[in-house]
Amino acid sequence: MQDLSRRTLFSLAAAAPRSRAFASGQGASAASADAVRTKARRRIQEQHLPNVPLISHEGKEVLFYNDLVRDKIVTVNFFYSKCDEICPMVMANLVKVQKLLGEQVGRQIFMYSITLKPEQDTLDVVRIYRTALGAAPGWTFFTGKTEDIDKIRKGIGFTYPEPAIDRDTSQHIGNVRYGNEPLMLWAACPGQAHTKWVAESFEWMVHPELNRIQKS
Amino acid sequence: MYYNVFGEKVSRKRYKEMVNAAKNRRELITAGLTSRRDLMKLGLLTAGGMLVAKSGLSARAYGQQQAIPPSGSNQVCLPGNQPASPTTRSFVDPLPIMPVTAQTPLSSLKPAPTICPNTAAGEVRAACHQAPELNPSVFPFPPPRIYQMHQQAVSVRQSPDLPAQTVWGFNDGTHGTITPGPTYQANYGTPQLTRNINALPPLTQNGGFGMPSVTTHLHNAHNPSESDGNPCDFYGIGNFCDQYYPNVLAGFSSTNPPNGDINESLSTLWYHDHRVDFTSQNTYKGLLGFYCLFNEFDTGNEETGFHLPSFPQFDIPLVFADKVYDSESALLAFDLFTLDGIIGDKFLVNGKIQPFFQVEPRRYRFRLLDSGPSRFYSYFLTELNNLSAVNPFWVIANDGNLLPNPVEVSTVRIGPAERVDIIIDFSQYAGKTIYLENRLLQINGQGPVPTPPFTAPHFGTQVECSNASGTVLSDILPAGAGNLLLQFQVSSKAVADNSVNPATNPSFYALPSTSAAPRIIRTFKFDRLNGQWSVNGQFMDCNDFRFTVSQNSSEQWVLTNLTGDWTHPIHIHLEEHQILSRNGLPPTLAIEKSRKDVVEVHPNERVQLFFRFRDWVGKYPIHCHNVIHEDHAMMALWHIVANGGDNINVP
Repeated sequence: MQDLSRRTLFSLAAAAPRSRAFASGQGASAASADAVRTKARRRIQEQHLPNVPLISHEGKEVLFYNDLVRDKIVTVNFFYSKCDEICPMVMANLVKVQKLLGEQVGRQIFMYSITLKPEQDTLDVVRIYRTALGAAPGWTFFTGKTEDIDKIRKGIGFTYPEPAIDRDTSQHIGNVRYGNEPLMLWAACPGQAHTKWVAESFEWMVHPELNRIQKS
Repeated sequence: MYYNVFGEKVSRKRYKEMVNAAKNRRELITAGLTSRRDLMKLGLLTAGGMLVAKSGLSARAYGQQQAIPPSGSNQVCLPGNQPASPTTRSFVDPLPIMPVTAQTPLSSLKPAPTICPNTAAGEVRAACHQAPELNPSVFPFPPPRIYQMHQQAVSVRQSPDLPAQTVWGFNDGTHGTITPGPTYQANYGTPQLTRNINALPPLTQNGGFGMPSVTTHLHNAHNPSESDGNPCDFYGIGNFCDQYYPNVLAGFSSTNPPNGDINESLSTLWYHDHRVDFTSQNTYKGLLGFYCLFNEFDTGNEETGFHLPSFPQFDIPLVFADKVYDSESALLAFDLFTLDGIIGDKFLVNGKIQPFFQVEPRRYRFRLLDSGPSRFYSYFLTELNNLSAVNPFWVIANDGNLLPNPVEVSTVRIGPAERVDIIIDFSQYAGKTIYLENRLLQINGQGPVPTPPFTAPHFGTQVECSNASGTVLSDILPAGAGNLLLQFQVSSKAVADNSVNPATNPSFYALPSTSAAPRIIRTFKFDRLNGQWSVNGQFMDCNDFRFTVSQNSSEQWVLTNLTGDWTHPIHIHLEEHQILSRNGLPPTLAIEKSRKDVVEVHPNERVQLFFRFRDWVGKYPIHCHNVIHEDHAMMALWHIVANGGDNINVP
């Protein structure tokens, strides 16, 4: 994991020399910028990334923030095995996204899918579901306690303002949250967006410095 | 010193309770206990609205006893149970007036600008400049005016009661780095070039939000695609883009050659970052500014042309932004994890929280811009010692476009990215203090609290700003009970005023005809599909042009809002539109009989727009300007080609 952070910093450092030519030494000093950064990162964790327990499809007990998110580039989305509307489309799309991202998944990018119905989706069900889907290593599935999973869901903002709709699992948010935790870079995209675009979006977390143009 | 949500002093013990309450509230919500009834059933909340002992809702729950904050407190209910921002005093800082952007000598641009992108030197631009290639005598290269903007971090004080904040702004080489950025004073017939340089600090110094990857859009300009600031063309630190602004009237090479249609003149534009998926963070962090475009009628001199109040002394751009500050660190905070929208409890005008402005007793032109992220405003003029008074003013422009004639109003409403230019005559308030007040109630990203016929039944229990009996408040708050945004201190000393009196009903520009038969009628349905913001059931993808418009053709676009409780401010780049109908009827609001570039599409509404796509080719987007929705794929990319186009009527 340390390796990943270094990699990210390297890519930023690569862009730095040119920026020095333009920048005129503005902004807060490095020390106070670090302090602000530490504080902001802690606030994001407290408000959005609960450190609640989950159980991986491999049967491993983990803590959401400490073990899954801290110091990592991650994608998080929700599913349940008997969901027959939104989930099959999003999950099939993510299988293709994982293929496009290739070896980055599991090394630089960690994909997580968490069941919204842990009472149905026991460890065995999750494992079978994952295998049937064809998820490759680097993409981990989780079950856990309903209340813990709901804390994660609400923490990462996958909610509706209307409580009745928010409680209705069949309408659950089909987006995928993605982020670079140490850099406090967070965004989300529709799980049903085009595969290539979803993969490109995830890659911004690894290479936020990349330029892009779209030819007409 | 500790304060509650209404700015009242509380003990340290009470403050700790409030902070704990916010945490407990989350747990209660997890347990599905959100309504007052649920809480009362469990004995957690007394009938008086007080919380029992340790327990609690958010600090705000106490506020339910006092649904309407005391006037001037500048505190509103925040959604999502966020702790309130620290308290700040009102009207202690003067209103900042952004300086006019300074030009720079061509020789200071290193390397020199080139017609085709200088990729080797770090320029990121999608195509060669269309304008000088089309007509080098009208659009010379390099153009007569050159600007260079470094986008940089800067430390600012947004209130004397808050610590310095590191935000992002623009440096024109003369005025230092400021946000809002300096105001361009541009003229029709004088093309210009801006080199926008990304000199932002690395991500490790972003303080918690903001993506140092940019593309600067000039909102509503009739600009060629490569200079538009398209969301899909963006660049990292150390790179730049030269943007050529022709400052030419629409129709110059199509419907109204050779100079374009004077009735399509633009006046109040703004520039802002448009980086796909990160626009909300970057604009919230400060990457925005004004661009005022003048011509022989709208001259900026009250002695000439339409005789509108002189720029910049009596013609004042005002950008409104609502923000949240961390309750502990008091640093600017941004909710990275919302899909709905961001509603702040602190109101900034030109970068300061609730400033004051000393004015002369005469007419002023104000250019009001709602920079979002998600809040709508209904502006009123309020005298605090005479709340029943109706204080009319004049609207002269909608989305920066002068109306055929001024329209007298007692209030005007705008949503994110919309602008109105207004004339206030302060001579009637000589020696007095009056306020610009937002009286529109909005509690979340859905838009203003729905009013009939859009009332949603669930609001009764869900609204945190509902009063103690659970009654839903009106969308328009009583005078003095809204958000006081800006204080005008009117001098008593009479001064000269050579600006036109709007009461004499001067004529500005006529509305261009909308009778041209559309080549095609396209339908756009805005919806939320399992939380995913969508246009026609599809999602933003920079690699995908959803449809093709034929250059110099007329089209009709029908925008339908399928999201029951949401208002979406929809923006279309390049060309303005006119609203033909809302739900089948012509617009009733006088100020909507105008040219516009953003249209509010209300819940379950269908809006029919007339367009002509002229002069330039290339790619442009259509998107929701609630920038949280925009950043979550409520956008579609399309393009214009010469002698082509498709007939996809549901793109």
